[in-house]
Amino acid sequence: MGEALVVDQEGFRIPERFVARDAVTHELDRLHASLQAAAQEIAANRDAVTRQLGEHYGAIFSAHLEMLKDSKLQGEIEDLIRQQHYSPEYAVSRTMRRYAKVFQLLDNAFMAERATDIFDIEKRLLRHLLGRRREELSQVTSPVVILAHNLTPSETANLNPKFALGFVTESGGPGSHTAIVAEAMQLPAVVATGPFLTDVSGGDRVIIDGDQGLVILQPDEETIARYQHAAEEHRTLAARLESLADQPAVTEDGVRIQLYGNIEFPQEVEMCRRRSADGIGLYRTEFLYLNAGAEPTEETHYDAYVKVLHDMQGKPVCIRTLDLGADKLRNLPSPEDERNPVLGLRSIRLSLRNVPLFRTQLRAILRASLHGEAQIMFPLISNLQELRQAKMLLADVMEDLQESQVSYDPNIKIGMMVEVPAAVMLIDRFVQEVDFFSIGTNDLIQYTLAVDRGNKDVASLYTATNPAVLRLIRTTIRAADRAGKPVNLCGQMSGSSMYTMLLLGLGLRQYSVPPAALLEIKRVVRSVNIKQCERVARRVMQMDNPPAIKNYLREQLKLLAPELVS
Amino acid sequence: MLPGRCSRMSDMNARRRVRVNNPQGLHLRPGELFVRLASQFDSQIEVTCGDRRADGKSLIDLCTLGATQGMELEIEASGPDAEAALEALAELVEKESVDEMNAEQ
Repeated sequence: MGEALVVDQEGFRIPERFVARDAVTHELDRLHASLQAAAQEIAANRDAVTRQLGEHYGAIFSAHLEMLKDSKLQGEIEDLIRQQHYSPEYAVSRTMRRYAKVFQLLDNAFMAERATDIFDIEKRLLRHLLGRRREELSQVTSPVVILAHNLTPSETANLNPKFALGFVTESGGPGSHTAIVAEAMQLPAVVATGPFLTDVSGGDRVIIDGDQGLVILQPDEETIARYQHAAEEHRTLAARLESLADQPAVTEDGVRIQLYGNIEFPQEVEMCRRRSADGIGLYRTEFLYLNAGAEPTEETHYDAYVKVLHDMQGKPVCIRTLDLGADKLRNLPSPEDERNPVLGLRSIRLSLRNVPLFRTQLRAILRASLHGEAQIMFPLISNLQELRQAKMLLADVMEDLQESQVSYDPNIKIGMMVEVPAAVMLIDRFVQEVDFFSIGTNDLIQYTLAVDRGNKDVASLYTATNPAVLRLIRTTIRAADRAGKPVNLCGQMSGSSMYTMLLLGLGLRQYSVPPAALLEIKRVVRSVNIKQCERVARRVMQMDNPPAIKNYLREQLKLLAPELVS
Repeated sequence: MLPGRCSRMSDMNARRRVRVNNPQGLHLRPGELFVRLASQFDSQIEVTCGDRRADGKSLIDLCTLGATQGMELEIEASGPDAEAALEALAELVEKESVDEMNAEQ
């Protein structure tokens, strides 16, 4: 809950909503100066466009100019400043958006389009008003709720959590990187709302209910009070959990559980460290490819890896190689037959097909391995040949480094993701060829149950409690145990406290969870004993109905830690 | 045309119904021409379209009428030069195209 900061493509933000009473005259002067500057700019535009394209095109700017000089419009803005003591920025934005809204509501598509002209003028005025004060999102200095059409993952990650109260984006989806980052930063967020930005002005009061996916614009007093209360309870729980930050993850009967963090950006390490994570169980590297317009250089990779290794101070950091579809990488030719991207050229398949790209990443990981305990993990392995090919390439890169006398850790651990049912079927073979496993439940569920969870018509079939999924997890854990190879579980299942007992009962001793979930999982681990968890697991493995399993697990958690069950 | 009505000696109040003929309706460009013309007169100009009413000298206000081709407007002028204003504005609105409107000015 807080004041809105509306970010459009140009990243404008309205710094404050009110001005001091005695500043009104000054603020009116600023308004007039900006109107004048904008008018000059538009006139220059009009002349240039008329010269180049003809009068017909220049005329649109004449209309903008007329609009800007509109005494009724100016009067309304001035009144807001004079009477409400609104800042000129807020007054301009409010007034213009109100008109834009009227245009949009006209039952005439052509006229409705004119709203974009209004936004254009608004933007121009704001540019002049804000001048040098136009700030980057990362430089926000007061707590705000960020509303945007879209935020890039790096924009999200660079937000100062002290000032970002949460955010809402018109586009994106729950699985989008931005949403993942929001979760990691423990920021309430609602994504994929559809268009709404034109209904709100910077400085408006906004409530984000991330639990229910609600955005409440200009809430009434009662709603505000209700949410204040909820936020209070949330903070209380968070504070209670925070007391576990320094504690180890040990069960009541003394079994030490390894709790790792899943991270996407180097900045997220901080929270993992503060909560005494045993390492980074999943370092996603996709952001390196998505952020840059061009393919990331070896140095870009290297810097990002060294930063995390360094910050983790010798604790293991498991770096997963590129796990993206070809469609997401602009620099590669788009695949011809990609009618079914999740079954297509992606992840390790893509890396093996683009050897130079893959080698760049491997070299960087190897070079970084001197700065801590780096591990390499290959995603989406579905057959032995892929794994061997990847390992061969790695050996080849090692040889290159040796030849050019670049040092690296020759004993770097090599692991693979278990996220395709085929990998589980072959697990007895894989245990002989890797140092560790990580079960990626998100993809494992999708591939096992043949369900796209983004498709609302079948999304209800997507569930970790399907017995088929649970059996695959059990098989993997047992096989790895027998071979003495560590296995951890990343993916959303590990970060949900509802599954912690079940997974312990199935024999899991390593969890890799979003940094935000570390304490909640630790809370459960520290309140159970293994026998009790094994009972839960035995019971669940006899059940056959996914919703019933979920209910049973929720009940068990409620007995243990009622505050975690909402 | 309705007959002009005198309130003060110099103040006239006159109104007239006109049809928007140009295919672009009374949006930005034609609207701008209208406002520019209206502003040359001392009289107050008000324009009504259906249940919406706008200041004839405010482009943004005029645009909120959403007046499109074929719609009927009522222009109301009050002031010393109401008749002349009404005459000129009605003629402008009834032009068949923006270019013709442009030529007018």
